[in-house]
Amino acid sequence: MVFHRRFPAALGAVAFLLALPGGGVAVASPVTDALPAIRGVDHEGKGNAAAAKAWGVIAAAEASALPDILAGMDGANPIAANWLRAAVDAVVTKAGGSAKLPVDSLVRFLADTKHDPRARRLAFDLVRGADAARADKLLDGMVEDPSVELRRDAVAKVIARADALKTGEKKEEALAAYQKAFSASRNVEQIQALATTIRELGGTVDLTGHFGFLRRWQIVGPFDNTEGKGFAAVYPPEETLDLSAALDGKEGKVLWQPVETGDEYGVVNVNLSYPPPAPPADAKPADSDSKEGLKGVIAYAVTEFVSAEDRPAEIRLGSKNAWKIWLNGSPVFEREEYHRGMEIDQYRMPVTLRKGPNTILIKVCQDEQRRPWTTEWEFQLRVCDEVGTAIHPLGGPDSAAK
Amino acid sequence: MPRLPALLIATALLTAALPARSDDWLEFRGPGGASRVKEGSLPVELSAADVRWSADLPGRGLSGVLVVGDRAFVTTSDGPTQDRLHLVCLSTSTGKILWDRQVWATGRTMCHSKTSVAAPTPCSDGKHVYAIFSSNDLVCFDLDGNLQWLRGITYDYPNVSNSLGMASSLLVTADTVIVPVENDSESYSLGIDAATGVNRWRLDRPKGANWTSPVILAPGLVALQSKTGIEAIRATDGSTAWSYTDGADTVSSSALADGILYVPSNGITALTLDPADPAKQPTQAWRENTLSPATASCVVAGDALYTINGAGVLTAGDRATGKRRWQLRIEGPYSGTPVTDGKHLWAVNEAGLVRVVELGEKEGKVVATLDLGDEILCSPAAADGALYVRSNTKLHKIGR
Repeated sequence: MVFHRRFPAALGAVAFLLALPGGGVAVASPVTDALPAIRGVDHEGKGNAAAAKAWGVIAAAEASALPDILAGMDGANPIAANWLRAAVDAVVTKAGGSAKLPVDSLVRFLADTKHDPRARRLAFDLVRGADAARADKLLDGMVEDPSVELRRDAVAKVIARADALKTGEKKEEALAAYQKAFSASRNVEQIQALATTIRELGGTVDLTGHFGFLRRWQIVGPFDNTEGKGFAAVYPPEETLDLSAALDGKEGKVLWQPVETGDEYGVVNVNLSYPPPAPPADAKPADSDSKEGLKGVIAYAVTEFVSAEDRPAEIRLGSKNAWKIWLNGSPVFEREEYHRGMEIDQYRMPVTLRKGPNTILIKVCQDEQRRPWTTEWEFQLRVCDEVGTAIHPLGGPDSAAK
Repeated sequence: MPRLPALLIATALLTAALPARSDDWLEFRGPGGASRVKEGSLPVELSAADVRWSADLPGRGLSGVLVVGDRAFVTTSDGPTQDRLHLVCLSTSTGKILWDRQVWATGRTMCHSKTSVAAPTPCSDGKHVYAIFSSNDLVCFDLDGNLQWLRGITYDYPNVSNSLGMASSLLVTADTVIVPVENDSESYSLGIDAATGVNRWRLDRPKGANWTSPVILAPGLVALQSKTGIEAIRATDGSTAWSYTDGADTVSSSALADGILYVPSNGITALTLDPADPAKQPTQAWRENTLSPATASCVVAGDALYTINGAGVLTAGDRATGKRRWQLRIEGPYSGTPVTDGKHLWAVNEAGLVRVVELGEKEGKVVATLDLGDEILCSPAAADGALYVRSNTKLHKIGR
């Protein structure tokens, strides 16, 4: 999920009425008249009653109104977009199915990449339902599409062609095609599968660089997290970042130290920086505790990210530990959950980078559970745009794997 | 008044949902969560011919099926990140999809590979269907697929989520939809106005992953289960009527039958509700630690209750005392809760084997087995003489 910024719904609705993204101007119709009520919905059911009435109008529209309904998703909050998403289904059902849809106007909508990526993907699905061959042909121009899903399908076609070349013993051409697909893909599973294939063919890939994982950090710890109380506690790095200071840790003074992960998915294993004391000589070999890392502890990691410009970006994090993140001293998000799972891009946080140095600070908390699946104390973090394209820092820590 | 085309009128009449019947299946595990059906209402002898239809579903899931009149409702998810959320309506007579409504996930879709974004079972008041997903997207449609309202609970409260997946099912009572979204971080249960989708109340709940589902104790009174025990909550205002604090399971859910709440707590603990006022503190009838259920919840009918443990052993207990009567190995594992009419029990294991167990006083006996050849993780629904079970790809109707 993406953690969305709150913005005034009324403001969004006004902007929508003034000019449709894509340069078009909405022609008044029952659908366009009803759209502001839908776009006015917001948190905790705000606007639901008005939206329900408007939904009936939109859902009763002819199929020719589909591009207007889809355009209504431009700039809408995710809840409003969902009201419209369900209306599209109703309109299509009422029209008698995909075969009776306005395919040409849907294709024109799809071609305008300024429209909402999900709305465009939905337009594509409608076109595909009506004319699969035409939709398939459209994918050829979508390898760099801002819609992650359209791009994924376009890349899948490139992979299929590469597979055929590989089957035909054209190894070099196949490898080039796989490399093209790898470069374009923003889908994690697709990227991982491509990396395996390329390596099998003798090629090289830079997964760390492709994703933009940050490898180099300064780290300090351990601080106390007994009974999980450290999550809410404010330790010195949250107040002042002085990388030369000796800080009061859980067991005495602690110092910042550099850490550089060699993991190509950017996983920073905090246990490596703070290994547990060696078990006593008379410890039982089967004592599972001896295999675990520290428990009830916290570490902070900080890195400087030099941005070439002021720009929107996403910080994307994976961690199975509780965590907090600050950008330039301001809290971005926090989550108090331990050992429920970790994956790439588990958390997506929209941020604004400022031109020049930006400080990213993460607090990584380890609890006191002693189970086989509670040893990990780690995170992986990258900076990218909303499509998932890596944003690399200038000058400072690069993200190239060694 | 303009004349409506005759075809349009005929179509409207054909597609308008029939009103709900008393034997509809409107929530997870049916009325009271007891998984109980009318005696003799389900087929005891099963063969492949009893599979009336198997419908392809547009996506995966393990939520249970609802049956409202002549319509079945089920949720699914699909897409590369499982962020396309479907509520699908099918004809119970043919298995044909009558409508399919989609929304996009606004919360996280990450979950353990065994579960699914479409894990919680929807509920219905007979006129509307309320559905929630692991992403905490909550929708309300009428039976004909008209959107009444929707919410994004994680959009509203960004730390409501569970990286293993959410699974607690919904209930509706006293015009309030009970929405448990309890987890390690921002842990709530909400009472949402069934008509508007706006909060009536939001309760802070114990922090901890919780996959259990609530139970209606009486109209307007629900039991919320968590690791700390049971809270009886008034649906209209969220106030607490009574608490049971001896702890409870966070996977298998409680079941209510004939005024007794069977709680998976220290095995099973039976709480007798005050028949004159279920909002009064119940009394503990018995506690039996040999009746510990695993994932599947206990089922209750006749004078016995039944649990299935992690080894696939079905245990019958005396409802009056909790004492164990007999055990029978029925090859698990089971994710879904069986249904029973007191004489027989219909259990579907994860491998898709439907077993009919004859429930005797001193022993149980498998009297029929049907292999669906499909992984089944849901709890079956039972209505109109048939069982409804779904997999990641299909919905099967078994019976009449």
